[in-house]
Formats: sequence, C-alpha cells, structure tokens
Amino acid sequence: MKTVRVLIVDDHRLFRAGVRAELGPSIQVVGEAEDVDSAVAAIGELQPDVVLLDVHMPGGGGQEVLRRVLGSGSSVRFLALSVSDAAEDVIGVIRGGARGYVTKTISGPELTDAIIRVAEGDAVFSPRLAGFVLDAFASTQAPPIDPELDSLTQREREVLRLIARGYAYKEIAKELFISVKTVETHVSSVLRKLQLSNRHELSRWATARRLV
Amino acid sequence: MLSEMSEMPNAAAAYPRMVRPLSGRVVAGVAQGAAAQLRLDPVVLRLAFVLLTVVDGLGLVAYAALWMFTPKEEVKGRTPARDWGQLAAYGVLWLALAGFAWLTGASSGGGFGTWSIAVGGIGTLILWQQADPGRRQRWMSGAVKQVSTTWVRTGIGALLVIVGAIGFLAASGELAKARTGLVFTAVVVVGMLMIAAPWLASLVRELQRERTERIRQEERAEVAAHVHDSVLHTLTLIQRNAHDPREVTRLARSQERELRNWLYQPKQDADATLAAAVRRVAAEEEDAHGVQVEVVCVGDCELNEGLVAMLHATRQAIVNACKYSGAPVVSVYAEVEPDEVTVFVRDRGKGFVLDDVPEDRMGIRQSIIGRMERNGGSARVRTEPGDGTEVMLTMKRER
Repeated sequence: MKTVRVLIVDDHRLFRAGVRAELGPSIQVVGEAEDVDSAVAAIGELQPDVVLLDVHMPGGGGQEVLRRVLGSGSSVRFLALSVSDAAEDVIGVIRGGARGYVTKTISGPELTDAIIRVAEGDAVFSPRLAGFVLDAFASTQAPPIDPELDSLTQREREVLRLIARGYAYKEIAKELFISVKTVETHVSSVLRKLQLSNRHELSRWATARRLV
Repeated sequence: MLSEMSEMPNAAAAYPRMVRPLSGRVVAGVAQGAAAQLRLDPVVLRLAFVLLTVVDGLGLVAYAALWMFTPKEEVKGRTPARDWGQLAAYGVLWLALAGFAWLTGASSGGGFGTWSIAVGGIGTLILWQQADPGRRQRWMSGAVKQVSTTWVRTGIGALLVIVGAIGFLAASGELAKARTGLVFTAVVVVGMLMIAAPWLASLVRELQRERTERIRQEERAEVAAHVHDSVLHTLTLIQRNAHDPREVTRLARSQERELRNWLYQPKQDADATLAAAVRRVAAEEEDAHGVQVEVVCVGDCELNEGLVAMLHATRQAIVNACKYSGAPVVSVYAEVEPDEVTVFVRDRGKGFVLDDVPEDRMGIRQSIIGRMERNGGSARVRTEPGDGTEVMLTMKRER
C-alpha cells in the first residue's frame, strides 16, 4: 500500500505536532501550514493527497482555503478537522467541498483510517455529521426541487442512522448484508447530495439550529 | 475599547469647547468666544450681532441664547473689567443702523435679505452648539432610548399640523394667499435640515457606536464570568489531581463538554425536551463513570411520561455499558420520528450472553425491558460475547 501524503493545516502548533505524532506509518506528513495564505501556497507547491484542514483559522478559516483551492480547479482532497460541533461549521465546510468531517478528539488510528478513506476518494462521516445530515434532510418540509439531489433514499438513511449509532463501515456492511464498498458508495452519494443540493434550507437549517 | 477611549481627547482637541473669555469682553464675551471658535476676528461677529439686532432683534436673541449656553472662561484672580469704550462704539453703531432701518423700512420684516440673515443666524447657532461633543452627549444621554420613537412622533405630529393648517387655509379660501408664505417656510425648514444633517448623522453614528460598545462589554463580562467559574476552576482541579490520569481525563472531558454546550448548543431546557434531557443523562453518567459517552440526537420533542420512563431506561443502559463493557466509548443515538422515538445505546465492549444473566439482576430485565414495556414501549438487547452490546429502546408517540 502506498503512503498517503498529507498536509496539516492548523493554526495551533502544538496540535499540528500532536497529529503528526499520532498518525500511522502509512501516512507521510509532507508539510504544515498555519493560516489561509500559507495553506493555499503549500497545497499548490506540495500537491498532497489529503489536506487535514482546521475549520477556524485566521484569514477566513477552512472554508476560505476550500474556496481558493477548489475554485482554481485543484483536485486535492480535504478532510476537515475541528473542535467545533456547530452545525453551521460542519455543514458549511462540507458544502465548501471537504470530503469528511471529524472532531479533534478522534483517536490516532481512527484519524489514520479516515485519511486513507478520503485519499481513496470516499467520504468520512462522523456520527455527529451523520446526525446533522439526517436532521437537516428530515427538517426540510418543502417539496424537493430536484428529487434526485434533495432527498435521501431509504438505504442512505439506514446507512447514516447506523453511522450515527456509532457503527464502523464494516459493521454497517454486516448489519445491512451489503459490501463495505456499497456502504462507501452510499456515503459518497450522501456527500454529493449535501454538496450539490441547492436547497437553501440546508444552510438555513444549520444557521437556525443555533437560534432555537 | 482602549482605542475608543483614547479617541475622546483627540475629539475634544479638534472641537475646542466654546467659552466666554472675560478679558477684553464688551458685554459678556460671547462674540469673542465664538470668534475664537470660528477662528475669526471678534470685530466681525460683534458687527454681525449689531446688524442682526437691527433686523427683527434676532441678534439680541442669538446673543442671549449663546450667553446662557456658553460657560465663562475660568480666570484666576480679579475679574477683568468690561471694555466700556468698545461697548459705547457698538452702541452708537447700533443706534445709527436702527435709525437708518427705521427710516427706510428695511427692518419691517418679510424681505428676502432679512430672512436669509435669519436662516443664516439659526444655522450658525446650531453649528456652534454642534462644536462641543461632550455637551451634546450629555443632552442626549437621557433621550437615547426614546430617540427613534421621538422621531416617529415628531414626524407624525408635524405632518398633522401641516395637513391641519393647509386644510384650514383651503377651507377659508386663504390657501392661494398663504402659498408664498408656505413655500418660504419650506425653504427655511429644508435649509435648516441641510445644516443640521451632518450633526444628526454624527449623532446617530455615535449612538450606534455606544450601543455596540455596551453590547460588547456585556458579552465580555459574560465570557469572563464563565471562564472564571468553570474553566479556571477546572484547571485548578486538574493541577491538584495531576497524579491521577483518570481523574484528569474526566475533568478535562467534562469541562470540554460544558464549554461545547455553552458555545455550540442551542439553549434548551433539559426538563422539557428529549434531546437536551438525553444529553444531560449522558453527561451525568460520563462524569460518574469516567467513560466517554458520545451523543447524537436527530429531531426533538417535548417530554411526556412515557419518554421520561424511556430516559430512565436510557440511563440504565448507559450505566451498564460504562460499568461492565470495558469499552472506552459509549455511543448514544436518539431519533425522534413523527410516530415514534428510538434510542440506541451501544458499546464495543466485551458483551455477554443474555440468557446467562441471572433472573435477579435488575439492571436489564427490570430497569430497561420491564420499564419500557410497562410504559407502552419496547426494548431489545443485542449482544454477543466479544462483539459489544446494543440496547434499542422504542416508544410510540402520542398523536
């Protein structure tokens, strides 16, 4: 298995050092960046496989990095890593183009797994993100504008529910009698819907959630 | 905050407060003070006052008003005497002008010149008063809260008066005659508004700045109080318990959870809604057992008797997982659907054989399964040795 080249973007030096030390041998950290500008420069220069992206950073945060890098047509993959549980951060960074969202309390082996998954083009959903997605899609009462993008299939809902219940992909596959690859396909399809659905309710839901 | 504080002396320097100097005064030092404020020769202003007094006596009124509103300059020692010579000179000048005006009838009012002088005079008054931000602030501080409603009321009142006046004039057939006067009044009012506009704008800006500042200060106080009460307290406890890694983890984790709730969670009443109640139960058991409990909630609803029973069962399931499974993390998932509420409590611990649990063990049979069934719900336990445990609780929702 080839090693995955990773760039760590976070404004806390201690945290970058911690992540670097925790990652498994299949991950090669090729660089670090501490703000939006240096991150954009480092991504252009190093062309990493995966960027571990902090959500809150000086100069516009992770979403600004996503906008500038993905806007320029780069195909670098992003995994958002944050201490924040706020729905607007989670949904915002996913809609900005990140392929996954995990919180900073994640353990080293789990983070390593998540990075490899993102490098392979799959999506990484933490239980909390899965919960947000279920909540967001369930709470939109209006009829879908584009049925293909604006609602989840029964199967996708089941997969998300199991993720929210704390199941790993392998356990989900076993539970639903499907292959791990199929689970990954479902999750990627949910990610695509989350990113492409132009329902404004999704963003509005995320913002309104704080104001309940 | 600091930068805004330091702005004040600068502002004061840019707009020196108008005072009436006592040395070299002719009457009360008003013209001299105003001249210093406007960087003009006092003679110009003195002449202007004399001239305005000839025309409709406006100069006298303006002088009196400024005299009243302008503090006199602080002087040490003996109060300097009035310059009687100059006063006499201006008096003579006034007499000459008044006589001339009386003879030619120029002061009888209504002439264009008179009115433009009047408008100018009023405008100057307003501009002068504007020059002292401190006083302006003091005048307005009492009225700050009512400003918007005052404006609305003034607007409506003015409109009513105008409509009433026009109606009256129209009714009595005097409208045509009064039109010139009305146009004139309109011009004067617009002129005054033009002069007052920068002042009003700066007033509004200042009020907004003050309000933002106040909100910011309140928020800062709240954050400071919170940090002091919880974060600093926890850090102290962590230092004291540095020898006990388990306790340190527990303290850090509970503080993290509390901060997270404070920062990101919508304010919810844990006695009233399910999601908040589940989070609270999980937090309490996490603290009690030192095992991480991850909670994900989808949807929310009001608590009722059945759901309270479900909460107790959830608590028992969490306790069991924390105490017996040996897993470092327990996952709790609660979902509210239109017709039912489901709660899953899952661990990846050592699991057990359900049939091996003795009849008298109250935890699972009574506190979870029995309690759910008595309240019209159901509970299912899935476990296998080595494969963790999952408790699934379901409760129908009353429509």
